Amino acid sequence: MVSDRVPTQQGGYRLRMEGIHKRFGATIALAGVDLSVRGGEVLALVGENGAGKSTLMKVLSGAHPADEGRMWLDDKPYQPRNPLDARRAGVGMIYQELSLALHLSVMENILLGMEPTHGPWMDWAAIRRRAADAMAQLDRPDIPLDIPVMRLSVAEQQMVEIARSVAVGCRVLVLDEPTSSLTRKDIVHLFNLVRRLRSQGHAIVYISHFLEEVREISDRFTVLRDGQSVGGGITADVPTERIIAMMVGRTVDELYPRSPRTPGEVLLEIDGLSGPGKPRSASLTLRRGEVLGIAGLVGAGRTELLRTIFGLSQVRGGKIRVGAFTGPATPHRRWQQGVGIVSEDRKQEGLAVSLTITDNLTLSCLPRWLTPSGQDRRSVRWIDRLAIKCRGPRQTVVDLSGGNQQKVAVARLLHHDVDVLLLDEPTRGIDVGSKAQIYQVIDELACRGKAVLMVSSYLPELMGVCDRVAVMCRGVLSPTRLVSQIDERQIMAEATGSGDTP
Amino acid sequence: MNPSPELTTPSRFSVGELLGKLGPLIGLVFVMALFSIMAPVSFPTLSNFELILRQTAVVGTAALGMTLIIIAGGIDLSVGSAIALVTVCIGLLLPHKIQDLATGKEIITAGTLPVLAALGGILVGPLCGAITGTLVTRLNLLPFVITLGMFGALRGTAKGLASNTMVYPVDTWLNGLLRPIREDCLWLLTPGAWMMIVLAIVVAAMLRYTRFGRHIFAIGSNEQTTRLCGINIERTKLGIYMLASLFFGLAGLLQFSYLTMGDPTTALGMELDIIAAVVIGGASLSGGQGSVLGTLIGALIMSMVANGCTRMGWPNWVQEIVTGCIIILAVTLDRLRQRRLS
Repeated sequence: MVSDRVPTQQGGYRLRMEGIHKRFGATIALAGVDLSVRGGEVLALVGENGAGKSTLMKVLSGAHPADEGRMWLDDKPYQPRNPLDARRAGVGMIYQELSLALHLSVMENILLGMEPTHGPWMDWAAIRRRAADAMAQLDRPDIPLDIPVMRLSVAEQQMVEIARSVAVGCRVLVLDEPTSSLTRKDIVHLFNLVRRLRSQGHAIVYISHFLEEVREISDRFTVLRDGQSVGGGITADVPTERIIAMMVGRTVDELYPRSPRTPGEVLLEIDGLSGPGKPRSASLTLRRGEVLGIAGLVGAGRTELLRTIFGLSQVRGGKIRVGAFTGPATPHRRWQQGVGIVSEDRKQEGLAVSLTITDNLTLSCLPRWLTPSGQDRRSVRWIDRLAIKCRGPRQTVVDLSGGNQQKVAVARLLHHDVDVLLLDEPTRGIDVGSKAQIYQVIDELACRGKAVLMVSSYLPELMGVCDRVAVMCRGVLSPTRLVSQIDERQIMAEATGSGDTP
Repeated sequence: MNPSPELTTPSRFSVGELLGKLGPLIGLVFVMALFSIMAPVSFPTLSNFELILRQTAVVGTAALGMTLIIIAGGIDLSVGSAIALVTVCIGLLLPHKIQDLATGKEIITAGTLPVLAALGGILVGPLCGAITGTLVTRLNLLPFVITLGMFGALRGTAKGLASNTMVYPVDTWLNGLLRPIREDCLWLLTPGAWMMIVLAIVVAAMLRYTRFGRHIFAIGSNEQTTRLCGINIERTKLGIYMLASLFFGLAGLLQFSYLTMGDPTTALGMELDIIAAVVIGGASLSGGQGSVLGTLIGALIMSMVANGCTRMGWPNWVQEIVTGCIIILAVTLDRLRQRRLS
């Protein structure tokens, strides 16, 4: 356990959170988080995907009540019952997905829910004045107040959202991954604004994966890992490697089976592949009997890479070859070429949850004529093989647990008997038992000469399951390396853009 | 660690599932019982049931096509217009009466054989379906909007082709499709009723035993998953709209037979009866759910209510209110059942 705790100094904090616990059913999301930030300070909140950052911010914004723990705002107890409560108390949240009414004008958005009125009538003059004040405070008087928000760029929309918090007089401003959809130039503008708000005395919590940004913008930082605050400090005093160690530092206690595998012929080869946005450039070769992992942060373009290979997104540039077939192809063709995909979004895309296990499992390769019982017989084989817990092949997928749902999604590729498996976060959000079974299946497939390309945000899993890994950062894929030649810290450094990426 | 699935299956159907499957049938029996009690002399007779079946044929046949579209998550509001267009086309293809412009006398035009006229009329259906399907898949707009447009366009085409009036063809065997095969043996039914029954069996089998049928359910249940699984959504949807419109064409033939003429203003509002039949039959307007048997029962409930109200001597407006209530009731019960299952 690392304990780089900031010496607690009583008083003087704008916001204090202590011993915050939160559980959802059997899942423990937060297990004791302490966080504090002063006025005129930028606190960076860092941690890997699933460390609990979003849950913590939902507690702060009143979207979820904490099970245990206390919060103070300017040394007064703070217990928001809902997001509106939090907003009135002066806690402004800027999420990754902006929440604007796209058809309304800029000024209406800024004062949405707090419109000044004369009786039943909107007080347009006051609305305009207050919106203009807020924009002036952000130093963005150039954004017109009358046009619908949808005609603004993403960066400008973000400004509108920040202005909305400023207009209601927020004391704490939380920015959740604010740069993920911004260009380099817009990021510079945003940072200038954050500094400006800091100098005006706002307390700012800045959530980011990108340690370079954390270094650039924050005064202090707090690290979350597995739902606990495990450390923190003055950003300028702590080297990046130390922050990464705090983020990653956990023991690998799961069992990853790994049988001896022999790489065979090349099944998938991409060179300089680029899609509509991401990936910008990706090259790799994947052989039979090999498991290749792609590490990186959420939004780095890993999912997009798999989708581009599979024909679900357009290929804009570069070369792609699957077995003997060169060039882009539709998903239909890819299945015929022996490529299958497991989507990261199990409920929306991966599975038709209202259909039966059999329907889902056999959908990609139904014979022209079929009988329901014949299809059931086929799917029972895989239900047994993967130990899918269910009442039978006709049970609808929505009734299954997450782990069993995922096994159905994987079983579809086994049933189709594909050669190349594209697995996008195959173990996200599932129980350990199902995870172990999926690792087992991946190992067996590789031994039988199949090729697996796997995206995962969980580094121990990548290190345990894969033969080689590559790191995706902002749409660019690094060269692949053997897992023996790279460690978690290096991967994290490259993924956060703070390593010396070649 | 996990016993084989057969062993862990407690029962094949739960009570809720059974109720869901039988729901429309229970409704039908209820409606039938109700009117049999209220009009014991005129309602429960062979000739009346035969009449109800006959009155169901047009809506029922078209509803078979609509079932396919609704299971796939779509909708088609242009059915009524398509049916009117088909009656007009059949009328125009047959020898029919026109006014001679020079003399002002009525003359009979030359026309094709009845069988060719019927075929030509029926094929107008898939032609409309091809247009609708292409627009839905190419423009990627909501089928509601596209078919709302087709609703007007097809009706207009029918009126234009018929010069805004009725088309009176000569009497042919096509007019007999909705007449009993033998007046003294009513249980032999009408050719139109048989057509509906045979088509229903074919469609039910298609949905259950073919890849195309399973793809229809998959698209309606989750289009994204279906795309992920390599199914060509565009081609499948086009196929669905064309096949469904073939049934609209056949329904148009039956409507022609019932009218014995081509009428560009016929079947106005019938699209709503057709959609209602599918929905009462347990299909979900958000797709992925529906059955042929349910649809037929839904269509029968609708015509039974209409017939029963007439037998009771109730005015038309009462019948319309009753039908409306049944639609809302059927959908509400369906939702309640779904909520209990999940």
